[in-house]
Amino acid sequence: MSQLGFSDEQRQFRDFVARFFREQSPVTRARESMSSEAGYDPELWRRLGGELGLTGVHVPEAYGGQGFGAVELGIVLEEMGRVVYCGPYFGSAVLATYALLEGATAAQQERWLPPLAAADIIGSLALAEPGGGWEAGIVQASARKSAGRWRLEGTKSYVLDGRTADLFIIAAREPGSAGPQAVSLFAVQAGAPGLEVEPLQTVDATRPLSRLRLSGVDAELLGEPGAAEPVLRRVLDRAAVALASEMVGGAQALLDSAVSYAKLRVQFGRLIGSFQAIKHKCADMLLAVELAKSAAYGAAEAAAREASVDELREAAALAKALGAEAFLQAAADTIQIHGGSGFTWENDTHLYFKRARGSEVLLGTPAAFRDRFVEYVSAREVAHE
Amino acid sequence: MNEPAAEQVREEVRAWLAEHWDPDLSLTEWRRRLVSSGWGCPTWPAEWFGKGFSEALGEVVQAEFRRAGAVGVASSGVRMLAAATLLEHGSEAQKAALLPRILTGEDTWCQLFSEPGSGSDLAGLTTRAQLDGDTWIVNGQKVWTTSAHHAQYGMLLARTDWDVPKHRGLSFFVLEIEQPGVEVRPLRQMNGHASFNEVFMTDARVPRDMLVGKQGGGWQVALTTLAHERRQADGMRNWGRAERGEGRVYRELREEQARVMEPYKWYPQRAGRVDLILPVARTSGRLADPVVRQEIGRALMLERASQWTARRARAARELGQPPGPEGSLGKLAASVVARAAARAHAAAAGPDALLAGPDAPAEGMVAEVLLSVPAISIAGGTDQIQRNIIAERVLGLPKEPRDDVDVPFRDVRRNPSSV
Repeated sequence: MSQLGFSDEQRQFRDFVARFFREQSPVTRARESMSSEAGYDPELWRRLGGELGLTGVHVPEAYGGQGFGAVELGIVLEEMGRVVYCGPYFGSAVLATYALLEGATAAQQERWLPPLAAADIIGSLALAEPGGGWEAGIVQASARKSAGRWRLEGTKSYVLDGRTADLFIIAAREPGSAGPQAVSLFAVQAGAPGLEVEPLQTVDATRPLSRLRLSGVDAELLGEPGAAEPVLRRVLDRAAVALASEMVGGAQALLDSAVSYAKLRVQFGRLIGSFQAIKHKCADMLLAVELAKSAAYGAAEAAAREASVDELREAAALAKALGAEAFLQAAADTIQIHGGSGFTWENDTHLYFKRARGSEVLLGTPAAFRDRFVEYVSAREVAHE
Repeated sequence: MNEPAAEQVREEVRAWLAEHWDPDLSLTEWRRRLVSSGWGCPTWPAEWFGKGFSEALGEVVQAEFRRAGAVGVASSGVRMLAAATLLEHGSEAQKAALLPRILTGEDTWCQLFSEPGSGSDLAGLTTRAQLDGDTWIVNGQKVWTTSAHHAQYGMLLARTDWDVPKHRGLSFFVLEIEQPGVEVRPLRQMNGHASFNEVFMTDARVPRDMLVGKQGGGWQVALTTLAHERRQADGMRNWGRAERGEGRVYRELREEQARVMEPYKWYPQRAGRVDLILPVARTSGRLADPVVRQEIGRALMLERASQWTARRARAARELGQPPGPEGSLGKLAASVVARAAARAHAAAAGPDALLAGPDAPAEGMVAEVLLSVPAISIAGGTDQIQRNIIAERVLGLPKEPRDDVDVPFRDVRRNPSSV
């Protein structure tokens, strides 16, 4: 077992993925995609599925995936993060795919995982609601069963790739219930009667979000009724780890950009990288990025070896909080080091800055994860006493 | 040369321990066996008290020692810095004379580098050594010298040439401490401890054959010492661990540790004592306060990530992969962790953070943390110097233009107090 190390195979895999994204999906591609009609590049997306198998890297081979684990998934996301890849990978291959892996019946998995793993369809998890975050307890949307059919009512928000998703996985509760229990997951196909998708304007244009209005939408129950809470915890912990990987990739790309600019830009007759004010900023950035990487790698290992729930949630909270902070710090400092040009639309830094702002909030803020981390560590200490 | 296989080494060391390990020996006697056999420092060269093993095989040997409960060579304090420096730069005679007694623990060493006038700018030091016949005569003052009050030897960096640029006029000596020209005075710190000393040298004498490396080549030698110091700094948090076990060896080891480790007893507090944060917060009833929890969370997270970063560096080494930047960040990370820990301690203690000693939380440890943490950002290379090093060596940023390197040291601007 490797503790925070990558095997030679994993390193080769990273080189391969990194090269693919560097060559096939440089940041210019993200710029084109984010302002295109579809909001992503369908051709590139299909290659990620069919040709490269990346959309199913962590999906069991029985469901058409590659059968690898969270470490390989983390590698894919880290390399995507480096180029601010603009497409439905996080929403579909991570959130929706994990939701099906964790919360669907075998028959449902057989039906939906193969097309998701092949990138033939796009999935999306609709959990959060206006003003409410990523946990079962905030769900207000309701699911009423009548004549053997489930009907969904309510509003979902911050739904990734809502406009382009083919399959929604929607969290809703038994009418009149409260708290995290009594929440179930449902599958709804795009275009279902009563489902209205309203695209939202977002700070990060590379990660499109939508609001869903559900008015008596016909839905299929996923897994068991009232069982969504533990499922969502597992899904969200794994998704937090994946997002942390993406964030450290972005942070590393920013650091690289800041450092190479500091080696080129001359002011006062000197390269600005020779000023300690700049050097120290870069050194601090490196420290933040490396600490966040360690957290992301450690959390991915915990997810990959199916660590205990306690261990994984602790590691996921660590990775998500430190990843978000390192990414934001790197983004702000990289703008600063680029000076005025760093604030222009033409300079790529703002794409990362916006991704950092969005990723900070998505799935929960660093403050929320810090709070949880203290709770978990303290509970474990007390339990060991 | 091909390395033996781990399994073969494991059997060899087991057999050797079975035959030679005896907890009723005197500590010195036992360590002499380690020195003459090479099992005490397996990663050292075979011709110098080692076996020439890789780090990985060294781990195998250590694991067997741990399994057998066998005591190792003396490795605490500054002695291993001296040993590493002598191994790389010492003459045959110096290595033969000095290394064994370092490893047996018979000799204690101190490091005579820093001066009142040169801290971060170590190469700007002004302690003077002049050759008089076969003896170097040393005059000047050193400071921040751990263990000088019970050391036999000091690694001395002194200026032997004032007419060349600063880095080229330094020489590295082995100075005997117990002599009339050397006076050692304890230096009291802001946290009340006095674990360092000032060392005054007035016509102190160093025999000519105790010059290490070349005359004027002292800076290169000192760089070796400093590189090992930085590597060792990460391990400081674990120091002061008590050895258990019955027998004369263990008894004498505990006495040695108590003596040698005394100056380091506040080092865990300097590193922030992250382990005490949650207990302090539980006792004060502030663990539920969301503001306090944020501070605690920051400290706990940084500590965890910093441990994992050290583990990553180790994993890469063990897998034989090239070292990444993660291996160069330990010292700066330790500072960041310690400062976050101090903030968390202050928040968790509440008004009791006003108190010190037995009246204060955790038997005074919180107060000691608050008053010791500033040191970690200074000792062994300030955070600012660390950032310069990281920026220049890891990130490859250009050096700052300087006006003190290409001129004779005589003409360089210095502190008024330095001669």
